[in-house]
Amino acid sequence: MDYQMTDLEYYNRIIEQATREFGLDCYPQDFEICDYEDMLSYEAYSGMPSRYPHWSFGKAWERKKTFYRYNLIGLPYEMVINSNPCLAYLMKENTLALQVLTIAHVYGHNDFFKNNRLFKNGTRADYTVEMFKSHASRISDYIADPSIGYERVERILDAAHALRFQVYRISNEKHLSPEEIKESHMEKYYKAQLNMVSTIKDSQGEQPNWDKIPLEPEEDILLFLLRYARLSEWEKDIISIVRSEAQYFMPQMETKIMNEGWASFWHFKILNHINLRQPLYLEFIKRHNQVIASRPGTLNPYHLGFKIFCKLEQEGKQLFDIREQERDVSFIRRYLDEELCQELNLFEFQKEKQEYVIREISDESGWKKIRDTLIMNVGMNGIPVIKVSETDAAKILHLEQEWDGRELLQDYAHKTIKYIARLWGNKVRLRARINGEYKLLESDGV
Amino acid sequence: MAIFRDHDRWGRDRSAEDRRRHRQLVEDSIKKNIGNIIAEESIIGQSKDKVIKVPIRGLKEYGFIFGENRPGVVPGTGEEKRGDRFAGPAEGSGTGDGAGTAEGEDYYELDITVEDLAEYLFEDLELPYMERKKFSLIESEKSSKRWGIQKKGIPPRLSKKRSMQERIKRKKSLERSYREMDIESDRERVPFHEEDLRYHRVKEQLRPQSNAVVMCLMDNSGSMYQEKKYLARSFFFLLYHFVKYRYVNVELVFINHTTTAQEVNEDEFFHRGESGGTFISSAYKKALEIIEERYSPEIWNIYAFHCSDGDNWPEDTPLAIDLANELCSQCNLFGYGEIRLAIGSYRSASSLLKKFEGAIKASNYVAVYIDGKQDIWPAFKKLLTLSDRSD
Repeated sequence: MDYQMTDLEYYNRIIEQATREFGLDCYPQDFEICDYEDMLSYEAYSGMPSRYPHWSFGKAWERKKTFYRYNLIGLPYEMVINSNPCLAYLMKENTLALQVLTIAHVYGHNDFFKNNRLFKNGTRADYTVEMFKSHASRISDYIADPSIGYERVERILDAAHALRFQVYRISNEKHLSPEEIKESHMEKYYKAQLNMVSTIKDSQGEQPNWDKIPLEPEEDILLFLLRYARLSEWEKDIISIVRSEAQYFMPQMETKIMNEGWASFWHFKILNHINLRQPLYLEFIKRHNQVIASRPGTLNPYHLGFKIFCKLEQEGKQLFDIREQERDVSFIRRYLDEELCQELNLFEFQKEKQEYVIREISDESGWKKIRDTLIMNVGMNGIPVIKVSETDAAKILHLEQEWDGRELLQDYAHKTIKYIARLWGNKVRLRARINGEYKLLESDGV
Repeated sequence: MAIFRDHDRWGRDRSAEDRRRHRQLVEDSIKKNIGNIIAEESIIGQSKDKVIKVPIRGLKEYGFIFGENRPGVVPGTGEEKRGDRFAGPAEGSGTGDGAGTAEGEDYYELDITVEDLAEYLFEDLELPYMERKKFSLIESEKSSKRWGIQKKGIPPRLSKKRSMQERIKRKKSLERSYREMDIESDRERVPFHEEDLRYHRVKEQLRPQSNAVVMCLMDNSGSMYQEKKYLARSFFFLLYHFVKYRYVNVELVFINHTTTAQEVNEDEFFHRGESGGTFISSAYKKALEIIEERYSPEIWNIYAFHCSDGDNWPEDTPLAIDLANELCSQCNLFGYGEIRLAIGSYRSASSLLKKFEGAIKASNYVAVYIDGKQDIWPAFKKLLTLSDRSD
């Protein structure tokens, strides 16, 4: 360690001052200084001080540890969680220059969490830590309950984890309840009936089945199961815990590029602003270049986001409005232009048989295609939309993939519908395209 | 002003329990797939330190994800042209914050050694009929036990307590003799002397263990072509590792036979190819001779296993049955594995197993068919576990 705690406090004061001058609007900030092992643990548990027990976190830990051991990925310099006060972890082993960079970077995230509308409307930062803590203790209680126990809790958690991102894409959007949907359908139907009488049409047809479940295809599979599957209270509680944690993390998935770009943009601006001593400054520049490095074959969200924000600043755009309103999808659609695509040498590829073939490059005719493909791969667009279409008389649950030109990984889809069957308590069928044609996948047994 | 604080983990290892559960699931998954794993040719005949890669199933975190046949975008060098090939996107881009979308193939492999594998395999198995014979020729384990005190010894066996007692004794007697002799003593310290020191005496005990000998008999005749031999070898490989894993002092006997039988060493047994006719009785005879000579059933637990394709010369079969019955009476277990590897429509017409079926009634006789790689593990299990009838 080439620094003291007081050094950190000294630089933090300067940086905080700079954030105010630049007009960043942050939550109060807490830093926790931890060592390598603690950092690994925080990473495995997504930065949460408490989290319910599940083997997947153990697996995450082992994976990270292995990756670091073989230097496949570098240790993160920092972790920040979206909470109020904003909680960030700094790794003790980092050099002073790296800590200073990280502190500035953290304020960028902090401002983003507080102001981006996805976070503002979709998460409750005041209760983040408490929420995860309460989830952890509820699940621990079920595990400790002799009538439930570890294995049964795990069975539900495994299944719920498999479906955790099959929820409403926009968590803060207003969704109609099943009753409201039914009412609106009835209203539409009777209006149509009235019109028909006036236009003299005799064929009336039967009245639609208002009790069909669901009336409209439902994309929030977990919510559907909570409503209609025969589950006991503790099972429902576990599912709703997994669902609400997924909703908490969704804004982060939806804004990965923007969020990292924003934080990188600000650490760069702030550290250039505060007149660092020469040796610190040189190391900072070196580290900064590592963070936003673009390596062929890997899309670095720090790099992409940083470049776009830099360009927007040059063009004199309202950066603060953009960070408030956009998500990765709209951010890229609006602001990734031909010039940037070319500068970043973006190209589009697809796997054909065993080979990857380059299909488009960023020239005049290709860049739009590339931008659109990129949009298809960011945020929740990377996750297939599967909807519950109906439940039939035999209580079989029918699902359908919303076709967007991309096929599901069959093995995974099959395993996942087995998990759904576990929660649903009956057979589940999924209609999806496999190798160019529609097929039905069925969960064999429950 | 931001708050800085040190993380205090209160000495706990947060992820320990989740890691333990994860490992346990990994091991369960290996055990479940053990049949597939041992059917892989690469592990047969390998040394125990050879590392094999075991793909882990059931530990993927499933979910609906897209397959690979969809377009992606990455940066390049600027030299790319449409229609070029490229190596593919790099794994593990980005750094970790936020929740991961379980995107892409979560390929998992675990390195384990053949020895570990044997350990998983045999954890739940025990050799059947492991009787404790009256006495034993092999002292398997030396244990040492403290057995009194002596004046000479090596430092690690120093008895601090007894040495201290000796010193106090000497001190007291010294004080008393001074007192009796009316000498004013100003000696405060009475340090240890060589003569105070006492050492534990250690007695070595030999703990007898049940002896077992495993006799591996294999048909090496011309009709046992390569694939069949391979199956037989795989089978014995398991047996070999089982024995090595479970019992420290188990002897192994290897007998190859064609029309004549001979005892060979392990290496020859697994790696020698031969050809010729088949007199199965020759192997049984040889086995009985060896038992007579070296492994008296009084003292030894004897397990004999024979692998053959059942293509015995008909005139030899009655004798073979007699000798097999004889072997049953001598052995704790006599197993016969018939390898019926069907190539095309051809399958050996003569099955010794069928003939044995009626003729050998001993309760310690077990027979199994091995039709292919996938049968090896089930057959092996049957041999060792189904035979667990009371004798």
